Amino acid sequence: MQMKARTTGLAAMAIILAVMPLTFPNGYYYDIADTALFNAVVCVGLNLLIGYTGQISLGHAGFFALGAYASAILTLRWHVPPLVALLAGAAMVGSLAFVIARPILRLKGHYLAMATLGIGIIIFIVLNTESWLTGGPDGLTTDNFTLLSWKLKGDGGWYWVGGGLLLLAVWLSLNLIDSPVGRALRAVHGSEVGAEVVGVNTTHYKVLVFVVSAVFASVVGSLFAHRIGLITPGIGSFFRSVELVTMVVLGGMASTFGAVVGAVILSVLPHVLTAFEDYEAVVLGLIMMTTMIFMPKGLVPTIARLWRRRRASA
Amino acid sequence: MFAEFLQYLLSGITVGAIYALAGLGFAIIYNSSHVINFAQGEFIMIGGMATSSLVAAGLPLWAAVLLAVVITMLVGVAVEFFAVRPARNADVVAVIIITIGASIFLRGLAQLIWDKESHALPSFSGDAPIHLLGATIVPQSLWVIGVSFLSILVLGWFFNRTLFGKAMLATAYNRLAAQLMGIRVKRVLTASFGMSAILGAIGGIVITPITYTNYEAGVMLGLKGFSAAVLGGLGNGLGAVVGGLIVGIAESLGAGYISSSYKDAIAFVIILFVLFFMPNGLFGKRGTERV
Amino acid sequence: MSLLRVTDLSKGFGGVLAVADLSFTINPGTIHSIIGPNGAGKTTLFNLITGVYKPTSGRILFDDVDITGKPPYELAALGMSRTFQNLQIFFNMTALENVMVGAHLHLQPRLLASLLHLPSVRRRDAVCRERCVELMEFVGCGKYRDADAASMPYGALKRLEIARALASQPRLLLLDEPAAGLNATESREIDEVIKAVAAKGVTVVLVEHDMKMVMGLSDHILALDYGRKLAEGTPAEVGKNPDVISAYLGAAN
Repeated sequence: MQMKARTTGLAAMAIILAVMPLTFPNGYYYDIADTALFNAVVCVGLNLLIGYTGQISLGHAGFFALGAYASAILTLRWHVPPLVALLAGAAMVGSLAFVIARPILRLKGHYLAMATLGIGIIIFIVLNTESWLTGGPDGLTTDNFTLLSWKLKGDGGWYWVGGGLLLLAVWLSLNLIDSPVGRALRAVHGSEVGAEVVGVNTTHYKVLVFVVSAVFASVVGSLFAHRIGLITPGIGSFFRSVELVTMVVLGGMASTFGAVVGAVILSVLPHVLTAFEDYEAVVLGLIMMTTMIFMPKGLVPTIARLWRRRRASA
Repeated sequence: MFAEFLQYLLSGITVGAIYALAGLGFAIIYNSSHVINFAQGEFIMIGGMATSSLVAAGLPLWAAVLLAVVITMLVGVAVEFFAVRPARNADVVAVIIITIGASIFLRGLAQLIWDKESHALPSFSGDAPIHLLGATIVPQSLWVIGVSFLSILVLGWFFNRTLFGKAMLATAYNRLAAQLMGIRVKRVLTASFGMSAILGAIGGIVITPITYTNYEAGVMLGLKGFSAAVLGGLGNGLGAVVGGLIVGIAESLGAGYISSSYKDAIAFVIILFVLFFMPNGLFGKRGTERV
Repeated sequence: MSLLRVTDLSKGFGGVLAVADLSFTINPGTIHSIIGPNGAGKTTLFNLITGVYKPTSGRILFDDVDITGKPPYELAALGMSRTFQNLQIFFNMTALENVMVGAHLHLQPRLLASLLHLPSVRRRDAVCRERCVELMEFVGCGKYRDADAASMPYGALKRLEIARALASQPRLLLLDEPAAGLNATESREIDEVIKAVAAKGVTVVLVEHDMKMVMGLSDHILALDYGRKLAEGTPAEVGKNPDVISAYLGAAN
């Protein structure tokens, strides 16, 4: 039964992804779509941490930025092949996340928010300061993504890679939450002591999901660096971290499709709002407040519940 | 050598006093509602911006200050009433998003009402530097330190000596029991946001002559205030003050002796270090979890 | 041979000893009860045995293995599980999923296999699901298998916690006030469940206020007062003990 809902969801997403480009009049739309896809993949990973395991991170943009800079630096300075650079970046970010996860994830609630926020800001400041390596505030230019003799370029190319990656991420996430590991993660959210007394090593699972979500962010960061051509420390700022968390929460915590929906909405929104540029911050703030007040569970779970209720009463 | 150290120390205490006020703002709100108000930094910004523009409009300083404090307080009360109160039963993460949303909203509003430029405010009593054991200090620093110290004293008096202050402490300690004793908990919540906003405004007003202010000035100040509050142990007012001073002084010494680029990182390095060993901050409660 | 041996166990909270110099043993294959007035230290003792709290001093041996200060998840792997007085249900999951978390240790949870949903994972999950449904029926909450835990009534949640604990296949099961908050009929039903669990060879330790339940069920009773041992023995012996009677009457006044 769950199996079926999952296949339907994935198929629907694949169809939407395939049809979308037909509605794009020009390359600018691909820019927006690619950003939305990248954000969605990061949010699917972040949702495992926030939505399913109940741990907050206000520093995830830092991991994204580290992945991006690792790829840029390795390919540019040492001419490492992009795929190898991506993997090296992911390994580095994963190890970093592993090392800091244990002490950090002992913290609860606001203390955890503070610690992750601190790590994100420290990463941001290092990227800004160590100009000899990172180019400082001016950032670094990056090359196209190449694999052997194949070169990823053009608007469409990135779109299909991003789309494929998103489908993969959603599939992995759906698999995970309906598995022994996923149930253990959700149990940590439900009751840590309840999970411990039936044998779930809660620390282990918190560290695990923190590392997994950091690696998600790093991989996407690497691809983003190649896609965008110029990266600056801003991609790892506190605001970016907040934006990512907002996407997850807006779309719906503990809902994989919710994370995707939230990411797409918040990625597209600024482009819709460019007409009233000055009001962008005001509108964004209002959206964050009102959705959380009126739909604290997020868009997708709330709508799904309304839908089920209507069907039940019909 | 010593003069240099003294110089860093003085500027550290000056900025630390502002962090202490911000941290105290976090602590007061956290105590009454268990909410971390990420818009605390915006209170600081609004206090400074409002005073600056009112003075520019021709108001005498005292009137501008008074009016700015009242405006900021009203903003604080509005944040509680419109954004935090309707979300009473929401998840911690949801409330964090709400107050971050409020801070982005206020920043956007400030940018619309004023602009993106820096705004200045004349020093309260001239700019002639005072020499002290080889170090110099501007009179405004004394204003910052003095006013902050006074605010903290008044706050201490309020919580320990007045009925309403005691009611607020009681609510922090046990909300339900306080309610049963006839304390109007809702009013306490509103008051806590109003008071935190006043504290923020005061900090923003006294520091603006030294640092200037702009619509984004509240972001870092707010985060440092949060660090101060966490460092001291969430909900511990005195802890937040000590935390603020520690962060301010460490930052100033670090900028002077180590690297000024890493000035803003120092607060967060300290906080991570402390949290690694003391998960509830320096003076936080260390309760055994009840199951 | 004892299954659980507690020696000179103490736990202090800010100078007050909730459990003081307590020693006792629990033999395999019996139903044990720990009784005492409110605040006697019963739940604290449970928390110490199951590793939720760390003792101030003393030792706990489980099957002759020193388990003092070990975390709960390691004890679960050794064959100990429990329920809670204040329910610790995973309200973000369905009833059946709650029980399946109980079987965590028997599923070999691997990250990569879980991410890819390998056939081995699916197969093991299917078997586990069957077994967990049986357990839910065994404790009498089978009709809620697909319900969200958050929508279940209190009585069913108490049963669900027992099913979850049983799914970890414990040799020692500790039940913290399994009948609290239930009406007389429901209490008698829980009685039967506990007897059936013990009949399967699981050693059960109860903390319970329902004296009728305790006297009717237990092979052995340990009476506590102010964290100290007041009396120990068969229900008949403990029921006649003047200290126990006065402690209870004292508490009643």
